[in-house]
Amino acid sequence: MSAAGGAATQAASGERAASATAPPGRRRRRRSAVPWWFVVPAAVFYVFAVAWPSLQGAALSLTDWDGLSQERSFVGLAQFERLIADSAATGAIWNTLFIAVGITVLQNLVGLLLALGVHSKIKSRNVLRVALFAPAVITPVAVGYLWQFLLAPQGAVNDLLGALGLGFLQRSWLGDGDLALVAIVVVIIWQFAGYSMVIFLAGLQGVPEEILEASHLDGAGAFRRFWSVVRPELAPALTINLMLSVIGGLKLFDQVWVMTGGGPGNATDTMSTLIYKNAFQFNDFAYGIAMALVLTAFVAVLSSAQYLGLRRQPGGSS
Amino acid sequence: MNRYSWRTGVLEAVMVAVGLLFLVPLYVLVNISLKAPQGPTEPLVPVGQPTLVNYADAWNQAGLGPAMVNSATVTVVSVLLIVVFAALAAYPLARVTSRWSSWLFYAFLVGLLLPFQLALIPLYTTMRDLGLLGSVWALVIYYVGLQMPFSIFLYTSFLRAVPHDYEEAASIDGAGPLRSFWSVVFPLLRPVTGTVVILNVLQVWNDFLTPLLYLSGSAQQTLPVALFTFVSQYVSQWNLVFAGLVISIAPILLVYFLMQKTIIKGFASGLKG
Repeated sequence: MSAAGGAATQAASGERAASATAPPGRRRRRRSAVPWWFVVPAAVFYVFAVAWPSLQGAALSLTDWDGLSQERSFVGLAQFERLIADSAATGAIWNTLFIAVGITVLQNLVGLLLALGVHSKIKSRNVLRVALFAPAVITPVAVGYLWQFLLAPQGAVNDLLGALGLGFLQRSWLGDGDLALVAIVVVIIWQFAGYSMVIFLAGLQGVPEEILEASHLDGAGAFRRFWSVVRPELAPALTINLMLSVIGGLKLFDQVWVMTGGGPGNATDTMSTLIYKNAFQFNDFAYGIAMALVLTAFVAVLSSAQYLGLRRQPGGSS
Repeated sequence: MNRYSWRTGVLEAVMVAVGLLFLVPLYVLVNISLKAPQGPTEPLVPVGQPTLVNYADAWNQAGLGPAMVNSATVTVVSVLLIVVFAALAAYPLARVTSRWSSWLFYAFLVGLLLPFQLALIPLYTTMRDLGLLGSVWALVIYYVGLQMPFSIFLYTSFLRAVPHDYEEAASIDGAGPLRSFWSVVFPLLRPVTGTVVILNVLQVWNDFLTPLLYLSGSAQQTLPVALFTFVSQYVSQWNLVFAGLVISIAPILLVYFLMQKTIIKGFASGLKG
C-alpha cells in the first residue's frame, strides 16, 4: 500500500517541486532521528479501540457466549458451521455481495460520467459540482428516512411516475425484497455518486490539455481521446474510488437499517444488519461475532484482490 | 475546444437536468417539512402556505438541541485528537526506515480491513466494565482509535513525499524533535490535514451505530440517534419528521455550502490517488 500511497500524495503535493529530490523512504537516517515514542498515543488508542477488541472478537467466535452471562464454553468452529447452514446468513452474504458489486460498478460509472460532464466548458459547472456532492455530506440515517418516504407506496417516486403517465410502473418499492435491494443501491448511488465524481475530477485536472487538443486535431474521436489520453490519468483515482466503494458497500448498515430494517423478512438483510440483530437483539453475541469475522474475510480478500489487480495493470499501456 | 459550441449547450442542458434530478429529494424534504401538520402531503406540489410549526415541534419534542451540542462536542474533540495523534505517529513512520517502522505502519493499515462490528462488540463490554457506557467520552475514545488507520495512512504517504531539508535545518539550528515537528513538519502537512479533518468530521458527525449502542439507555444522545428515536415515535407524521431531518442536517450542510471550495478541494487532494 505504501508505494501507491507515496505516489498518490506526491501527485497531491504537485506544487512541491522539491519532492522530486527526495525519493520516499530511500534516505539513510541522519542526525535528526525522529523519536519512536511519537507513535505511542496513536498506538494506544488503536490497540485499545480496534486491535485488542478485534482479537477478543476473533477468540469469542469460538465460544457460545451470549454477551451477558459470565459463562461461556469453547465450541470450536460450531458457530461457523451454524452460519453455513443458516439461510438467513447465506442470504445476507448474497445480498451484501449484490449491493457491493452494484454500488461499485454503478456509483463509479455515474460518478465518472458526472465528472466528465462537469469537467467541461459548461457555465453551470461550479454550481453543479456543489449540488452533486451535497448528498455525500448528509447523515446516512437522514438519507434513509428521506428515501423511505420517497419510496413509500404514496411517496414522491410513485407520485412522479403517475404525473408522467407512467402509472403502470408504480410499485411498493421497499415492500418487495428484490426491488428493495435495487432501491438500496439506487439510494447509495444518489448519495455517493458526487463523492466519486469529486475524486475523478481531481484526476481529470492532471489530463494534459495540449495532448487532448493535439489528438483532436489529428482526428481522434471523443471516445478515442478518452481512452488513450484521459483514462491513463484516471487510473489512480479509479483505484481509490473502487476501493472506497467496495469497502463501503460490504460494510453498509445505516441506510439499510433505517429504510428496511433488513425486511421484508430477511430479504434485504446485509451482513452488517444481521450481525447487529444477532449480537444485540437476539443475544447471540458469539454468532454475531462469527459473522463479523466472515465479513472481515470478505473485505480483506476483495479489497486486496482489487488492489493487486489494479496495480498489475500499469497506468496507461495496457 | 475553447468555444461554447452547440454541443456544449446540449451538454449544459443535460447536466442541469441531472443536477435538478439529484436535488428533487432535497426539495421534497424541505417542501414537506413546511406543510401544515394535517394537510395533504403531495410531495411534489409546492407548499401553499408554508409554516414553521413543524420545526418548533420537532425541536422541542426530539431534544435536538442537547443532541446537537453532544454531536458537536464529540466531533470537535475527536477530530482534534485524531489530527494531532495521527500526524505525530506519521512522522516516525514516514521518516524512520528501519524494519519496525514499516511493520508498525502495516499493523495500522490492517485496521482498514477490519469491519467495525468485530471490535464494537467486545469493546462494548470493556466500556461497560470501565463504566464509560452512556458517556460521550466512550465515543471519543472509540473514534480516535477507529480513525487512526486511515488518517495515519494519509499523513504517512503525504509526508514520505515531502523533503527532509526543512526538518534537518531546524535540528541543526538546535530544535528538539517535538519542536521541529510542531513548527516545521506539521505546517508542511497542512494540505493533507484538510483532507483528514473533512473526512473525519463527516465520519464522526454522521455515525449512527456506535452512539446507538454506547449511549443507549442514557440521557445522552447524538443527532443521528435523537433522530432515530424521534422518528420511531412519530413515524406517521412525516411533516414533523422531515422538519427534524432538516434541522439535523442543517449544520453540516451549512458548513458545506459556506466552505464548499475548500471542502471539495481538500477532500480530493488527499484522496485522488
